[in-house]
Amino acid sequence: MIRNNAKVLLEVRGLRAKVAGVEICKGVDLTVRAGEVHAIMGPNGSGKSTFAKALVGHPAYEVSGGSALYEGKDVFAMAPEERARAGLFLGFQYPVEIPGVSNSAFLRLAYNTIQAGRGKDELDPLEFDDFVREKVKLLEMDASFLDRSVNDGFSGGEKKRNEILQMALLEPKLAILDETDSGLDIDALRVVANSVNRLMTPDNAVVLVTHYQRLLNYILPDYVHVMGSGRIIKTGGKELALELESRGYDWVVDEYEKAEATA
Amino acid sequence: MSTAVATRHPYIYALLKGVEPPAGRLAWLNERRALALEYANALAVPTTRDEEWRFTDITPLTKVHFRPAGAAPRLAMQDISHLIAPEATTHLTFVDGVFAPELSANAGLPYGVLVTALTAALNTHAAVIEPHLARLAAFEHEVFAAVNTCHLRDGAFVWIAKNQSCPTPVQLLFVAAQQEVASYPRCLVVVEAGAQCTLIEDYVSLGETVHFTNAVTEIAVGGNARVRHVKLQREARTAFHIANCAVALANDANYISNTITLGARISRQNVNVLQQGDGVQVRMDGLALVSGRQLADTHTLMDHARPAGRCEQLHKCIVAGAAHAVFNGKIIVRPGAQLTNSAQESRNLLLSPRAQVDTKPQLEIFADDVKCSHGATVGQLDQEQVFYLKSRGLGEARARNLLTYAFGAEVIDRIPVPSLVEQLERAALEETQAEG
Repeated sequence: MIRNNAKVLLEVRGLRAKVAGVEICKGVDLTVRAGEVHAIMGPNGSGKSTFAKALVGHPAYEVSGGSALYEGKDVFAMAPEERARAGLFLGFQYPVEIPGVSNSAFLRLAYNTIQAGRGKDELDPLEFDDFVREKVKLLEMDASFLDRSVNDGFSGGEKKRNEILQMALLEPKLAILDETDSGLDIDALRVVANSVNRLMTPDNAVVLVTHYQRLLNYILPDYVHVMGSGRIIKTGGKELALELESRGYDWVVDEYEKAEATA
Repeated sequence: MSTAVATRHPYIYALLKGVEPPAGRLAWLNERRALALEYANALAVPTTRDEEWRFTDITPLTKVHFRPAGAAPRLAMQDISHLIAPEATTHLTFVDGVFAPELSANAGLPYGVLVTALTAALNTHAAVIEPHLARLAAFEHEVFAAVNTCHLRDGAFVWIAKNQSCPTPVQLLFVAAQQEVASYPRCLVVVEAGAQCTLIEDYVSLGETVHFTNAVTEIAVGGNARVRHVKLQREARTAFHIANCAVALANDANYISNTITLGARISRQNVNVLQQGDGVQVRMDGLALVSGRQLADTHTLMDHARPAGRCEQLHKCIVAGAAHAVFNGKIIVRPGAQLTNSAQESRNLLLSPRAQVDTKPQLEIFADDVKCSHGATVGQLDQEQVFYLKSRGLGEARARNLLTYAFGAEVIDRIPVPSLVEQLERAALEETQAEG
């Protein structure tokens, strides 16, 4: 929902980021206000994932220029855990498996850490168990997920649901979902999308990083951005996603290059 | 392996001071102790030039002049009660190797179950003891086992008669109390055919004393019998601990062990499991969690001398600071031991750039229809895992601790005594947090 007077959650200007010494993001600009849903689309290698990971502070992604303010604070001056406690969340494209750490213990630890950061009460194991089981039901997950090790032996779809479960527990202000739709069958996609929609409030925002328009049938974006060679090269409304679906990305790139050439 | 030399090593000479000539009433025991004395005198103190000791330099041990315990100090129950697992309603306590009846509880056991000091049973149960004592644990090549056997006088004796079962875990607690004392703990466990027992062998120190524990444990598992063996070594980080454990398995015996090493400046344990019967089932799990300047060396031998044995082994080391862990896992499949299925895994976590691990699988296979495997990994914490936890709000130290703890918990969780699992998990958590 676009409201002109809504609070700015994220303001990125000219962001440059490198992976293994190679610059992938070459000046990304993006402003996200409370209540908005943004979709970032674009071909493989255009820098979508790099942008997402640089924002949450993955050590393999080196920020080499530009700025990012989250609620007015310099994101890059904060440690990754501080960003998480401040309400920034990344739903990973490939969530890592952690054998030996039970999912329920991990979820409770994460929940209580975030709660403590917000000055709210922590939950003991019994209270948390009731709380998490409700959320698990909403995601139509089997309760046995909680007893298994974090993502250990989970299918691709199970891992993605586990990411959304974490989002539901941690209630971030700004959630970036990195290709959460890939690997999901149509039923799972609907469940995940419904959960994300339910979590939307006028005070938070979601950035969907995706290849496919399919997800956007279920989560309606206010803005659709196209990324190409490390920049956002076009921004439009939800109809842009449909156009990209039918025409591909090449025309956007051509248009952008022509505009650049004349500028 | 130590090599025989003609002259007595001055260090061994010192350790043998105070050994009484074997002049007991039991001729067979006198003979064995006399033989041990011969070997103790002939064997050299191992050095890093010996293949079996090449990673473990025990020079610091030979520089301390340890004296025999003599009279052990009297301890009160409150000094040690926190060390006794609540499940272990039957327990024997030894202070500096000397049996402390006032700190032990071994009454009211069912018929066919005996847990007592070895001295008390030597005469009454000689027929049970004689085939095993100082026979299972060979001392011909192990100078420390030989020295222990020379000192053999006191010890723990656990006997479960045929088809009987000890309803609760039996804890054998060895407390080191005095400075610069050498103690010689000795355990003999005989579990007859069809019988069952859970054993906790536990080594602790009171205070940060420099002491030397030289232990020998012998376990005979009868046909179709079941033994669960937990060994905890949680002595002071100033201590020296050398232990030889020998296990003999009859037909279809089932032996499951969990060996946890947390303490000692230098520790070395040799665990030799001998499959004497067909179709045995073995599971051996080990965890060494060391930091500072500790050295923890574990040598295991699974000797499949008979067919159709199964063995699964998992050994893990978590090494922090400038500590050093050694694992040597030998599997022998003797000629004719067909249908053996033996699998060994060594997993190691290095938490600092100065931490060191040496891991060596050693397979010697002389039969053709067998399945044997081994694998070893040495690594640091996975940076993707650390970041994943941080991205959910956990601080760097917290994330690293959780992952380190999870690595060790896999072994600790398999211990069949819940209070020990809880206690050790707490200890592991504290240890990993101290390193964080």
